[in-house]
Amino acid sequence: MLNNDAAISVRGITKSFGDVRALTGVDLDVARGTVLGLLGPNGAGKTTLVRILTTLLRPDSGSAQVAGLDIPGEEARLRERIGLAGQYAAVDENLTGLENLTMVGRLYGSPRGAAAARGSELLEQFDLVDAARRPVKTYSGGMRRRLDLAAALVAKPPVLFLDEPTTGLDPRSRLDLWDVIETLVSEGTTVLLTTQYLDEADRLADRIAVIDHGLVIAEGTSDELKDRVGGERLEVHLEDFSQADAALRALAPMCSEDPVLSDGLVRIGLTRRGGAIVEAVRLLDEAGIGVDDLALRRPTLDDVFLTLTGHAAEEENPE
Amino acid sequence: MKRLLSDTLVVTERNLIRLPRAPELLLAFTIQPIMFVLLFRYVFGGAIQVPGSSYAEFLIPGIIVQNIAFGGFVTALGLNEDMQKGLIDRFRSLPMARAAVLAGRTSADVFTNALSMTILIVTGLIIGFSFQTSALHVIVGLVLALTFGYAFSWVFAYLGLLVKTPEAANSVGFIAVFPLTFISSAFVPGQTLPTPLRQFADVNPFTIVVNELRSQWTGQPSPDHLWQAFAWVAFILVVFAPLAVQRYRQAAGS
Repeated sequence: MLNNDAAISVRGITKSFGDVRALTGVDLDVARGTVLGLLGPNGAGKTTLVRILTTLLRPDSGSAQVAGLDIPGEEARLRERIGLAGQYAAVDENLTGLENLTMVGRLYGSPRGAAAARGSELLEQFDLVDAARRPVKTYSGGMRRRLDLAAALVAKPPVLFLDEPTTGLDPRSRLDLWDVIETLVSEGTTVLLTTQYLDEADRLADRIAVIDHGLVIAEGTSDELKDRVGGERLEVHLEDFSQADAALRALAPMCSEDPVLSDGLVRIGLTRRGGAIVEAVRLLDEAGIGVDDLALRRPTLDDVFLTLTGHAAEEENPE
Repeated sequence: MKRLLSDTLVVTERNLIRLPRAPELLLAFTIQPIMFVLLFRYVFGGAIQVPGSSYAEFLIPGIIVQNIAFGGFVTALGLNEDMQKGLIDRFRSLPMARAAVLAGRTSADVFTNALSMTILIVTGLIIGFSFQTSALHVIVGLVLALTFGYAFSWVFAYLGLLVKTPEAANSVGFIAVFPLTFISSAFVPGQTLPTPLRQFADVNPFTIVVNELRSQWTGQPSPDHLWQAFAWVAFILVVFAPLAVQRYRQAAGS
């Protein structure tokens, strides 16, 4: 059953390219006004799903509803209600920022004057006023992404698809773009965002769907997913790492799973959180082991990803 | 239909605006044709005898048709670039007329072709070319040349969508079109070619269109192939426009 309250509702979508099964039956719901982070390595099927939901590709089977319109069936009307910003900044390098946005506005059917006015408004909003009359080829990577995002917003779409919006951007530009996206969401836009970056999903997404080999393998809030891979971790920096084995023996009573030794760090999963630091200090002190520093750490989405898929999120190289 | 026209206009305008900002492309429309005219007129021209007219009069229609056929390269390179850079995806996600992307490209070529044709005619008039016929014939010739160029833009549109990179579009286009223009009556009288080449040149659409343009503008040879020339234009359009559209759907969908 399609979920009528959702801005995006996906049921059993499959898509193959020749022998490659890109999507093997995806189900998803995104509530109105929320952000769903679609997390997965390259080749997991994220982009294929976005291309289907933005009418660029036809699914082999299954159906979806986006902004109240059906796929398959109502693609033409759907294009008026969605915005797409891609991992490659799809703007014309030889046009100025304003010319790009005006062109997109006119292709949505606005008269030239109205399209140019909306373009100026967006350039202002995206802090590109100074560059409005310069060809895009003079823009920095971050400016291009902002313009690309602005182009996706020309028709004020209620549903926005962002396919790896910050891939390849410097940290400063990423933060800027995150601010922009957060503002949009606070104004009521529903966003489906694909990313390989766990911190990006952690920061922007209300809910996260982990996709691997064409299938959603886990879905929930960031906290829910983290809880799923277990409780908190204790990280201990030893004064002398050669004492690591002795430290593990000492800490054994409070370990929930196999400990990890790496980079001068002893990392253990905890059976219970309360009093863990005090107890660890006491145990290590009694064993005569010097401690440099120790800290409690929540599992990160990296831990989630590793546990769920058996491989890290960013280990595969981009094609 | 109204939507197709207005969207085509927007895309055409986009392609024309960007032109002056890509200087290397602009050179191809302006300096390069002049260079070719001068090379042929003054380097080869002295050694080429043409019956019944001067070489300048013979050459200008030939070089115009060659140039205009190559004008579609902008479409091939542009479409290929738009695919690589994701701009086609942007267009396809918009509620615009699908055919407008291709129609806008090929229409923009008509303007650039008109520009390079003007440059060639002016250069020709300077080096000894002159119109020998009525204004009506001159206009029929202009229309023939521009529509032939428009038809070839669809050939290049298909090519640009077929190959993976702009470089490939460039070399495939060159290898396909260059011999076609040279094994014709564009630069030398067909009778001077060795028999197999002459037989090819006789049926080559370039020969037919070039001869017709000559006869419309200089009265030589006598004009009797006008319908045949336009039939070629129609034939190329009817074959390649659907091919390009079909390829556009496939290429953009994968």
